[in-house]
Amino acid sequence: MKKDIILCGVGGQGILSIATIIGQAATEAGINLKQAEVHGMSQRGGDVQSNLRLSTETIWSDLIPQGGADLVISMEPMEALRYLPYLAKDGTVVTGSKAFINIPNYPDEAALMEEIDSLPSSVKFDIDAIAKDAGNARGANMVLLGMAAPFLEILSVEQLRKAVAVVFARKGESVVEANLKAFDKGVEASRS
Amino acid sequence: MQKKLLLGDEAIALGAIDAGLSGVYAYPGTPSTEITEFIQNNLVAKERGIHSRWCTNEKTAMEAALGMSYCGKRALVCMKHVGMNVCADAFVNSAITGVKGGLVVLAADDPSMHSSQNEQDSRFYAKFAMVPVFEPGSQQEAYDMVADAFELSERLKEPVLFRVVTRLAHSRAAVQVHEPVSENALDVSQDSWVLLPAMARKKYAALIEKQPLMEKAAEESMYNRMESGSGSIGIVACGIAYNYVKEVLGDEAKVLKISQYPLPAGQIRKLASESDAILVVEDGQPVVEEQLAALLGAGYPVKGRLTGDLPRTGELTPDCVAAALGKPSGPAFDNAKNLVGRPPQLCQGCGHRDVYTALNKVLSEYPDYRIFGDIGCYTLGALPPFRALSSCVDMGASITMAKGAADSGFFPAVAVIGDSTFTHSGMTGLLDAVNDGSNITVVISDNLTTGMTGGQDSAGTSRYEAICVGLGVEPGHVRVVVPLPQNMEEITRILREEIAYEGVSVVIPRRECVQVAARHARERKATQEKADRK
Repeated sequence: MKKDIILCGVGGQGILSIATIIGQAATEAGINLKQAEVHGMSQRGGDVQSNLRLSTETIWSDLIPQGGADLVISMEPMEALRYLPYLAKDGTVVTGSKAFINIPNYPDEAALMEEIDSLPSSVKFDIDAIAKDAGNARGANMVLLGMAAPFLEILSVEQLRKAVAVVFARKGESVVEANLKAFDKGVEASRS
Repeated sequence: MQKKLLLGDEAIALGAIDAGLSGVYAYPGTPSTEITEFIQNNLVAKERGIHSRWCTNEKTAMEAALGMSYCGKRALVCMKHVGMNVCADAFVNSAITGVKGGLVVLAADDPSMHSSQNEQDSRFYAKFAMVPVFEPGSQQEAYDMVADAFELSERLKEPVLFRVVTRLAHSRAAVQVHEPVSENALDVSQDSWVLLPAMARKKYAALIEKQPLMEKAAEESMYNRMESGSGSIGIVACGIAYNYVKEVLGDEAKVLKISQYPLPAGQIRKLASESDAILVVEDGQPVVEEQLAALLGAGYPVKGRLTGDLPRTGELTPDCVAAALGKPSGPAFDNAKNLVGRPPQLCQGCGHRDVYTALNKVLSEYPDYRIFGDIGCYTLGALPPFRALSSCVDMGASITMAKGAADSGFFPAVAVIGDSTFTHSGMTGLLDAVNDGSNITVVISDNLTTGMTGGQDSAGTSRYEAICVGLGVEPGHVRVVVPLPQNMEEITRILREEIAYEGVSVVIPRRECVQVAARHARERKATQEKADRK
């Protein structure tokens, strides 16, 4: 079994934390993993992505081929669309629905939503609002991870939840609790 | 034996520590930075007192490492590919002097220029200096190979180049690690590394004599291996290119994987004799493809980047390799319709923003002006909304290009350079300008850190005024301002005065990088909480 995932968003939105948690869960479960990250200049408010490959077999390439990603997990709707050529025809897009506008020529939001809805399989929620409701305004990335969790299949929701706790453990109990709550809200939204 | 999830860079760092490293010498540069950072934070490295402080530039790094090697200890030098240009003098000559303690020179190449101004291939430097190269294909290989690189370096008494590309440096995978071995003992035996012509000629002849040994090592290397697959095309795959070939062809691949150079000519001839043509798959420039044409003769068909079978520029992808192998990737969606570019930009609240706002305001008062830029976050001042820069070439070039423009009669010529870039390669140019009395204004935008690579210590922090005055800039024309919107009137007034001054003037806008300031605040809070709990 394999799951090829593109994680994406805008620099500073916390996609590498999502990658770290999935990586932790995969390592714990003994699943092979390769995860290509973006560092350096591209992090400064520009588009960022991480190719995350999980498999029970040997993984060769660090990069996912076009048409090969089972999942695109995005913090932001336009960034989700950036990687469309990499999405498998039967793949799923899981994205935050609120636009992050730091450029003057951001596309029409209604048209953007329509394009996402026209995909064979997509899920979108306002992850910022859900995070705020959960009392963790900075936890939108954990809401997104929760939303994506039921689609990961190669790892169970419980395995991912445990990894959230492990990764945030060194930041103290209150941080762990806040992130678990955001994660749970994401799972809930996805399953509703 | 223990498994750890490591970036390629981290695997190299840990591999070096576990191989008995005594010092890492480096200047930050994407995608190599995380190697030195890992060593700085590693417990074994701290216990052993392994040197890991950042150097002023790649040349000082290379030379210090050579000095450590002279005393018998294992040293690692790390840099991004263009750092090889800066340390080239020391690097090439270290092959002539030879080494004592193992010396591994790591160059992280950046095909596709994710964070760079060119995609030069460091393997050319190794060929130029006539030293061996290791090029790992995976994180595990990166970890294992460092120890072998140190051993080969000590056996041949030559430096060894360790070449990685961004995609390996910044990709994570599980790595099996072992316990660290001891460091080398200090060896103060007298060795003459004096490269006066008469002695250099002998040393150079000795280097030539070692070439067959390097070739033999590569021919017998466990990292260069043939896999007999099917088909009439033989594939030569270098470093991580091997992974793309395997991704596409799996066990069918008739492939010679190359991860140690000089090229194993015997193995290549064997593959050629068993194939109708050879496809060279290598990330970066067509270094091997060119050599194969010479090795196999003009009649033998060699394909690769030069023949257009693979793209001439940019990093390899599983898709372009699949196309070259005649197995294009499966059906995919077209590009989205509602999509625009999102280029990187200066952070909100960044002091560089205020510097460019002030410069644009003052310089627009002149009929024509040029701002010569440099390498760092502030290069983003070239993009909207500022569009302030006319050039960005290499570390330090802002000052010397402004000087050349002023020498040719242009006014006003302004240079913008960061604090870390100034100590890296700007000081010597400023001395030239002082000696020539060039009419330039140098803006050292001091954010108290090396910002672009993630906030490493900057070599000259708190000494910039002293350095400029020491180089001969008139003390009255070294001016410090705080780049904040509320200070705009003062900043623009001082810039006006210093641009009007005929001669070399330096303006230093100084305010901590907002990212580093936030990190410092978090660290202070954590320390406070820890203290409170006690």
